Amino acid sequence: MGYEIQEEKVFNSGHAACPGCSEALALRFILNTLGKDAIAVVPPSCIAIISGPQPLSSMSIPVYQTTLEASAASAAGIKRALISKGNNHTNVVAIAGDGGTYDIGFQALSAAAERNEDIIYVCLDNEGYMNTGTQKSSATPSMAFTTSTPAGKLSPKKNVPEIMVAHNIPYMATATTGYPDDLVRKVKKAMEIKGGLRFINVLTPCLAGWGVPDSAGPKTSRLAVQSGIYPLYEVENGETYTLNYGPNGLSVADYVATQKRYRHLSPEDVELLQAEVNHDWEKLQKKFK
Amino acid sequence: MKTDSNRLLLSGNHAVSHAVRLVKPNVMPVYPITPQTPILELITEFHAAGEMTGEIMTMESEHSAMAAAITASLTGVRVFTATASQGLLLMHEMLHYAAGARAPIVMFNVNRTLGSPWGFWPDQTDSLAQRDTGWIQYYCENGQESHDTTLQAFRVAEQILLPAMVIHEAFYVSHSMEAVEIATQEQVDAYLPEFNPPHRLDPQIGESWGNTVSQVMFQNHRRDMGDAMERVLDVAKKADQELQDLVGRGYGIHEQYRCEGAEFIITTMGSMTGTARDAVDELRAEGVPVGLLKIKLFRPFPVADVREILSGIAKVMVLDRNFAPGTGGILYQELKAALYGLKGAPEIHGYLAGVGGTNISPVNIKDMVHSAIGEKPVAHSVWKG
Repeated sequence: MGYEIQEEKVFNSGHAACPGCSEALALRFILNTLGKDAIAVVPPSCIAIISGPQPLSSMSIPVYQTTLEASAASAAGIKRALISKGNNHTNVVAIAGDGGTYDIGFQALSAAAERNEDIIYVCLDNEGYMNTGTQKSSATPSMAFTTSTPAGKLSPKKNVPEIMVAHNIPYMATATTGYPDDLVRKVKKAMEIKGGLRFINVLTPCLAGWGVPDSAGPKTSRLAVQSGIYPLYEVENGETYTLNYGPNGLSVADYVATQKRYRHLSPEDVELLQAEVNHDWEKLQKKFK
Repeated sequence: MKTDSNRLLLSGNHAVSHAVRLVKPNVMPVYPITPQTPILELITEFHAAGEMTGEIMTMESEHSAMAAAITASLTGVRVFTATASQGLLLMHEMLHYAAGARAPIVMFNVNRTLGSPWGFWPDQTDSLAQRDTGWIQYYCENGQESHDTTLQAFRVAEQILLPAMVIHEAFYVSHSMEAVEIATQEQVDAYLPEFNPPHRLDPQIGESWGNTVSQVMFQNHRRDMGDAMERVLDVAKKADQELQDLVGRGYGIHEQYRCEGAEFIITTMGSMTGTARDAVDELRAEGVPVGLLKIKLFRPFPVADVREILSGIAKVMVLDRNFAPGTGGILYQELKAALYGLKGAPEIHGYLAGVGGTNISPVNIKDMVHSAIGEKPVAHSVWKG
């Protein structure tokens, strides 16, 4: 699978991500698409580590590192200050992990969406608190091992994409690093749609946290889409749904077989997971016209 | 009625809103809380009527209000917000963040009791509990002082690059109506230069803020903040004088009332100062050699000035409308620390008076002075009132 991306060099090599890191890949596609007329807000996360210790930075745009729960509010503050100075062109982007988005940062995110703040919010979703050593977040899926759910998580993943759609924001999209052309297109689309909060949830498989080889990030990402666990779709104005990539016949068993976080599952567990995925996919499918 | 008068009958809170209107902040993230709410309400009314421009952000929490205030300030514009009590405590994390980022935000705080249990009464513990956050703190005793000090706070914060908190107490000041002389736009424009910091979040400049630092970088950064705090003492005195030159009203960073020949000095902060002035007048009429020291600038604490003022005084009585369980009155502790090792240091009586908003009358204060004169002080705060 080949792809070509016209990119402006904003995210640079020499950063501190693990070899093969999906987040570093996502940052390259996102930041290089956003270009240099942008300001980023990053909370404590692997993203903060990747952006670099003072005085170094892997990102050649201003980056403000905020507190874990405040990304959306911090980004909104920058945007409003720019507006007050008559600057309507600089893109302000918050890039947070799933802990900083689904859990502790959700209140600020929901409020920024309600106020229709003119910012782009990207969640790099690796389904857990990976920077602190793989603990459960509300983005962790059913039955997955984490160090705070050693017997497997007992509840399903929170559906933040649909919750964001329910805010009637101008643009919500799911994306993942295994489909870079799709991710880049969605970032461009988010940039074109001005005047409201644009949310992109990017599934970024964590190699160490999920227990896959260094080379398996993109492949794992594609398996998540192809098995129906993580369909790629976009929604405009809270109502116009478009499916980009859905399941293509692979099963949940194919997906979990490659990841150590699922190695404790019995065949019955896998069946239960398959039923959950089928249910969610049927529900989502009804929304595509 | 004088037609050229700029004097209005205003609550303490609305006196603050008028100052904010004149200062013209670019960004104002706000969140309601009793008894601060009238400040934000009048600001949004001014904005709706076109008397103010700038961005009003109706946030979902005080935490987010302060988060937005910090980044707006770091983007290089003037920022104001206001809060009280639990709201200030919810901001606590971001207060440290703001000072660390050297963001010259000005915030008004209305002192109100902290839960639990719930109350709505004047008590300074909320803001005094933020004394180590790196914010400049001013305590005001009436609406006029709050109006003028809000103007001063912008002048000082933007010169020093540290955030400033201006404070008055719930209801006794926040909701009491008094005649307040409002500064004119010409005066404020002459007083406050445009805020245009060279370091800011700007793609043309490319500077970032908040990345992880080494131990040494962190230590140096905190030392720089301490140096900046030290400079506040002179800059605040100057800012007070400069405003006085323009509007004819000044306060100093502390005030000595009838301290000439005094052997006994009452020390207060905030609304209790007015009551203490009356008590001093009555005691002086009785022939008691008593004076009053009002602490207005609490952070940085004016240690050198306080040592000079209180050197050679026989007794000091500190009135604390706040309480830190385990240590007592906070102004009492600060004053004891400031006077430690001073030759001819006074005996200090620390009285917890008015905690939770209980009323302290001039008679109460006179009684406290009379009993203190005849007693040796104990080494801890004593409950009164």
